[in-house]
Amino acid sequence: MGVEGIGASVVRKEDRRFITGKGRYVDDIKLQGMTYAHFIRTPHAHAKVKSIDSAAAMKMPGVVGVLTGKELVDDKIGNLICGWAITSKDGTPMKMGAWPAMAPETVRFVGQAVAVVIAETRNQAKDAAEAVVVDYEELPAAADIRAAIKPGAPQLHPEAPGNVVYDWALGDEAAVKDAFAKAANIVTLELTNNRLVPNAMEPRSAIAEYNDAEEHFTLYTTSQNPHVARLVLSAFYNVAQEHKLRVIAPDVGGGFGSKIYIYPEEMVALWASKKVRRPVKWTGDRTEAFLTDAHGRDHVSKAEMAFDKDNKILGLRVKTHANFGAYMSLFSSAVPTYLYVTLLSGQYVIPAIYAEVMGVYTNTTPVDAYRGAGRPEASYLLERMMETAARQLKVDPGELRRKNFITQFPYQTPVIMAYDIGDFGASLDAALKAIDYAGFPARKAKAKSEGKLRGIGFSCYIEACGIAPSKAVGSLGAGVGLWESAEIRVNPVGTIEVLTGSHSHGQGHETTFAQLISERLGVPISQVQIVHGDTDKVQFGMGTYGSRSIAVGGTAIIKAMEKVEAKAKKIASHLLEASEGDIIIENGEFKVTGTDKSIALPMVALAAYTAHNLPDGMEPGLKETAFYDPTNFTFPAGAYICELEVDSATGKTSFVNFVAADDFGRLINPMIVEGQVHGGLAQGIGQALLEGAVYDSNGQLVTASFMDYTMPRADDLPSFKLNHTPTLCPGNPLGVKGCGEAGAIGASAAVINAITDAIGNNKLEMPATPDRVWRAIHAKA
Amino acid sequence: MSTVKLTVNGKAVSAEVEDRTLLVHLLRDHLNLTGTHIGCDTSQCGACVVHIDGRAVKSCTVLVGQANGANVTTIEGIAKGDELHPMQAAFRDNHGLQCGYCTPGMIMSAIDIVHRHSGKLDEATVRHELEGNICRCTGYHNIVKSVLDAAGRMKVAQAAE
Repeated sequence: MGVEGIGASVVRKEDRRFITGKGRYVDDIKLQGMTYAHFIRTPHAHAKVKSIDSAAAMKMPGVVGVLTGKELVDDKIGNLICGWAITSKDGTPMKMGAWPAMAPETVRFVGQAVAVVIAETRNQAKDAAEAVVVDYEELPAAADIRAAIKPGAPQLHPEAPGNVVYDWALGDEAAVKDAFAKAANIVTLELTNNRLVPNAMEPRSAIAEYNDAEEHFTLYTTSQNPHVARLVLSAFYNVAQEHKLRVIAPDVGGGFGSKIYIYPEEMVALWASKKVRRPVKWTGDRTEAFLTDAHGRDHVSKAEMAFDKDNKILGLRVKTHANFGAYMSLFSSAVPTYLYVTLLSGQYVIPAIYAEVMGVYTNTTPVDAYRGAGRPEASYLLERMMETAARQLKVDPGELRRKNFITQFPYQTPVIMAYDIGDFGASLDAALKAIDYAGFPARKAKAKSEGKLRGIGFSCYIEACGIAPSKAVGSLGAGVGLWESAEIRVNPVGTIEVLTGSHSHGQGHETTFAQLISERLGVPISQVQIVHGDTDKVQFGMGTYGSRSIAVGGTAIIKAMEKVEAKAKKIASHLLEASEGDIIIENGEFKVTGTDKSIALPMVALAAYTAHNLPDGMEPGLKETAFYDPTNFTFPAGAYICELEVDSATGKTSFVNFVAADDFGRLINPMIVEGQVHGGLAQGIGQALLEGAVYDSNGQLVTASFMDYTMPRADDLPSFKLNHTPTLCPGNPLGVKGCGEAGAIGASAAVINAITDAIGNNKLEMPATPDRVWRAIHAKA
Repeated sequence: MSTVKLTVNGKAVSAEVEDRTLLVHLLRDHLNLTGTHIGCDTSQCGACVVHIDGRAVKSCTVLVGQANGANVTTIEGIAKGDELHPMQAAFRDNHGLQCGYCTPGMIMSAIDIVHRHSGKLDEATVRHELEGNICRCTGYHNIVKSVLDAAGRMKVAQAAE
């Protein structure tokens, strides 16, 4: 390891601009002649749009135009798409209604846009929006899953009778039936996985510019995947041709999944820039983020687990209803199916699994992938089930898990996934040691003597990351391949640019990826520039989500690097008059092994570009590209244990300790990895204790601001104790697995298991607010 | 429209703005100081915190008229040339930021916290004091570490002056 290579916790290259206020986010950008867009949104959850009268608004100061859904239709702009086709168990394709970017006829969730005002200033656009009169005919709304599937429920889309998008299943139903028939014990559990709002701190924003002489568009946008945005905007939305559209995602202030999707506002800004022949900027406010950013989770599930007399698991049966909101967002269909049920084996040998998932339309904001996406729902269900089982079977929750751990790898689960490697016992041991599990009974007794209820809760999670082998996901219905690309340019003076299709919006790629180059060449990371987020610079990329950047994007960089090194060695051997096989790379120098002959990287690079003295037939230049398609998912896993106290008088929860033991494979920058875990844990704990999107029965989002939706604050959270128990991933040359989502996947079950342990009542839903916890304590009494 | 005159990062500035203009918009739109961010519309998130006459204030809650004649410091104004403010350095060294969006407000709040609790900061106090600043990336773990580290650095820097 070099001082800045793999395994070094070097401070981040990108930080200086952020700590000095020199970051460049979309809303920081101003273009000459720029106008401002403000959307007019329905206040009703379900209504017909009878008329839109913009005559008065058009006369307001500074107004450049008012555009509606009808004009989108007239211009043949495409509807929003869902990119993953799911087939119901009866063999029929999923049933979807159209999602126009601005609704021309019917609105189906509060906040859906019906028109946009474009004006010279932000305030003028807002003022004029007040003068646009929209006449709605209200319709009855279905605000949650139960309301949407009951007989006689309001019908959202004619294409989806009964509001059912699909009724899907995976696994062997007959084998599960047999397993339950011979069970010594059956444990049942009903639970809700609460709806969350991602709330990246930077609201979504877009600036679109149209150059009519070139018929060319530029879009600055808050995207996790600018190339995918360009593809969708051109191929499906029909706004611009792909070669006439440049998409730039500059500094992006957090994503957590919510900036994967290509939303109506960004598309309309792009389209409008041509309509008004002026650059158009739209920046959402926080209320718009609550109403229109894709929400996460929102499952209602029933689960049963069968055990034999030795407490070995025989089978698992799950029935889940998943809320999709009013429209099918880009990856929404895959979240409660192939990203959820495929993880229901967890860390355990479960011979038979059968899960049914019904996806349902409701008059709420569309739901899609949010940090973890399906895997937190699987982990929460399974880990609450294991804790519930341990209590029912009267065994230690750690030992019940250990008894059922998968210990032989590779391991084929009954739900598609083939785990390549892991050591679940090692993670559990590390977590037990870190929290001093042996000392817990004494601590609990002491707390009791002080009038406090103390509890401890486990969560042993596994996730599938490194998304994804293209052929595999294609066979499951994905509309895209999920490989990644990289290009490495060694400049004539020996500095290096790495162009990656991954996108950093907080993950620290500019440092981690530079460390990969430093490791290989021995050059300082200051000599390496990471370029990302611009479709005119980067050849192509699938972007960043699903903890894929290091496992897929990082491997693409290694593949390109191997090509660069191969060519550079040829040049070096030619210049040094040595055999190519004798050249080694060390500290930025190409050396002839066993001699004192060497040549520095900049001299090799210069030779490549002057081309005065290259091997016969060699092309000039030193630049290589690679596309890397993974062969399997990666499987980060770990054990989290939470110890906390509950005040029985108030129901308030206080953390005593939260320990994590994660297996992410090889760590490139441990400091950055731990930062990712901290953030994930905070979101998992936020889900468990604080966060929840609440709709009233009319479909009004009651929690549409930071005053009403509880974001975790610093004093809601503990400091975390992290441990690492790596097993190197055999599926990629770096041995990496990904770390971005683990915390959010594993934390919530540990917290709820600890509270239910403390209060002695297993019936508790998230978020476990003091009110709910207090009621659970008293329900028992 | 009104003319406002104030000092921003040590420079006298004046601008002709609508009376309803908020300080954060003056900074971002008129003075091109885009390091101060907007993360919410209810004065909860703290991404817009600046110093007005030395005190941390959410600039989304201040009409420019209220800041007339004031001395405003933004994230762009706390380093001495290339030399970072100890709080900035501590955030970098302790990985106290990820996406960077809440960071300017965090740093400006944190400097004020250290000033108000000179020498008496502990983890619980820092966590309590950061209540008005929301971060979605870091889980606050390394932000708390950064602030405690900076408190020590600022004491040393003050002693040296």
